[in-house]
Amino acid sequence: MTAYLLKRLAIAVATLVLASMVVFAVLEIIPGDPARLMLGMNASADQVELLRNQMGLNAPLAWRYLHWAGGLMSLDFGRSYTYSVPVIDLVRERVVVSLPLALIALALSTLIAIPVGLFSAGRHGRASDTVAMGAAQLGVAVPNFWFALMLIYLFAVWLRLVPAGGFPGWGAGVWPALKSLVLPAIALALPQAAILARVTRSALIEVLNEDYIRTARAKGLPYRAVLWRHALRNAMIPVLTILGLQFAFLLAGTIIIENVFYLPGLGRLVFQAITQRDLIVVESVVMLLVAAVIIVNLLVDLSYAVVDPRLRSRP
Amino acid sequence: MTLHIDIPEENLASILAKAFRNRSFLAGFVIAALVAAIAIVSFFWTPYDVTKLIVADRTQAPSLAHWFGTDHFGRDILSMIMVGARNSIAVALVAVGIGMGVGVPLGAFAAARGGLVDEALMRLNDLVFAFPALLSAIMITAIFGPGAINAIIAIGIFNIPVFARVARAGALAIWPREFILAARAAGKGKTLITIEHVLPNIVTLLLVQGTIQFALGILAEAGLSYVGLGTQPPMPSWGRMLFDAQTRMVVAPWMAIFPGMAIVITVLGLNLLGDGIADILDPRSRRQR
Repeated sequence: MTAYLLKRLAIAVATLVLASMVVFAVLEIIPGDPARLMLGMNASADQVELLRNQMGLNAPLAWRYLHWAGGLMSLDFGRSYTYSVPVIDLVRERVVVSLPLALIALALSTLIAIPVGLFSAGRHGRASDTVAMGAAQLGVAVPNFWFALMLIYLFAVWLRLVPAGGFPGWGAGVWPALKSLVLPAIALALPQAAILARVTRSALIEVLNEDYIRTARAKGLPYRAVLWRHALRNAMIPVLTILGLQFAFLLAGTIIIENVFYLPGLGRLVFQAITQRDLIVVESVVMLLVAAVIIVNLLVDLSYAVVDPRLRSRP
Repeated sequence: MTLHIDIPEENLASILAKAFRNRSFLAGFVIAALVAAIAIVSFFWTPYDVTKLIVADRTQAPSLAHWFGTDHFGRDILSMIMVGARNSIAVALVAVGIGMGVGVPLGAFAAARGGLVDEALMRLNDLVFAFPALLSAIMITAIFGPGAINAIIAIGIFNIPVFARVARAGALAIWPREFILAARAAGKGKTLITIEHVLPNIVTLLLVQGTIQFALGILAEAGLSYVGLGTQPPMPSWGRMLFDAQTRMVVAPWMAIFPGMAIVITVLGLNLLGDGIADILDPRSRRQR
């Protein structure tokens, strides 16, 4: 168990370090001088050189990488070229929109997918299973941002139940803020739920064919109890794996969906930064999201050990 | 030289007979063929010229003259969807090609060598996997600027670890088989065995994964073009059309409805096709996604 955990942890750390090198290298090859960018075209060569020294741009490559990576660990990402404020301040303002959105969507998709998967697996091969899986097949094919546009049309333009976009901020109260996250969360969650429901169903069907399920049934356990207690628990590993992968897609989806609903989250920040060539912001947000993906997948690896006791005894 | 392909032992006729009984395959095949046909036709003929802007015809509702209506420049939506199909297919196809071309040899090599080489390649896979296609696209765009080529590269890079994993898992299951042992006894090297015996046996797996990634590629291209990181105007693309539609939802909802439906139908068709192929060639297989 300890060896398993340590190995996963080591892999996650190594991946994180390599990923940071990739992101750093990308910023290095980008043409253009950040100092020149901050000072504008009218600045003299001396001024630019002075700022380059101040920003540490003239230091050796390895030193700059270590400095940057060290900063990351203390959440110091450097200063934005265009806003001239610490990047972390920009991120902090935006993450309170993006993170709740991703989490609500994740919770929503799980709450929809697991029951649908259980229902379908329990009625494997019957008409209701076919209908549910047909709907899931359709859901997998729907791009979340198009679904978002359709939701806006239906609920904001026609029925006028929720705002079509924008975010009042958490300062305006929890309810108005949540209300503006409802449609984006649904748009993100449904396509993901469709995938997860399919995986849950096929994992459950696989497990339901096992001998121990027949034994449990034979000793008189009701079908429902077998499904929940024995089957679902054993089907959790593939479901958890997909959940971990989906988190990466959810984060990416959040970036796109924020643009549909004009939500001031990390996605909007990164696209503004791209158009303004504020590369340090782009780099920081990408690094942050990559770190989130790696950490979530580590947590999934660790949760295997919780769900599956066999992994605990294995060296 | 004989190839050992042991999954489809039946002849082609019986596979075809099975294919025609498989509803998922049939539906998927018909849809995919239709989309491909539309894309090909668009090279020779579209109802209207998509490069001509006719301001007098702008944002017209669907009618007999314009089945799917017109956009804010007076361009015919149906014609744009036809040309957009070409673009979506090209981007997704090349991205799958990159993923397969790099990923399959890597995965097969890792499985053949094992040990440290395998471990190193799989860790490299983890690294690429940590960058969802959208994040790579953002970084690539930050360096080179937006464009269809960069979208292809971003989606292609993300496909590499996917195919590497599938190829490796498939190959690892083939290596302990008896006919591999026979080939080794005959003095064949690992590379030759991989090419002659392992790869032919994992073609099914790769084909199924290929259709899934093709469908995902079309979704990814639409997403990237929608946020401005993919195909650039004036080349019509489904994602870009949705971006243009977004601010005009109230006056011209058809600008959003039809391109979106084109995406849904295409992706649905490809997924059904993938399910069908998996069913026909290996009835026990379950799609992993």
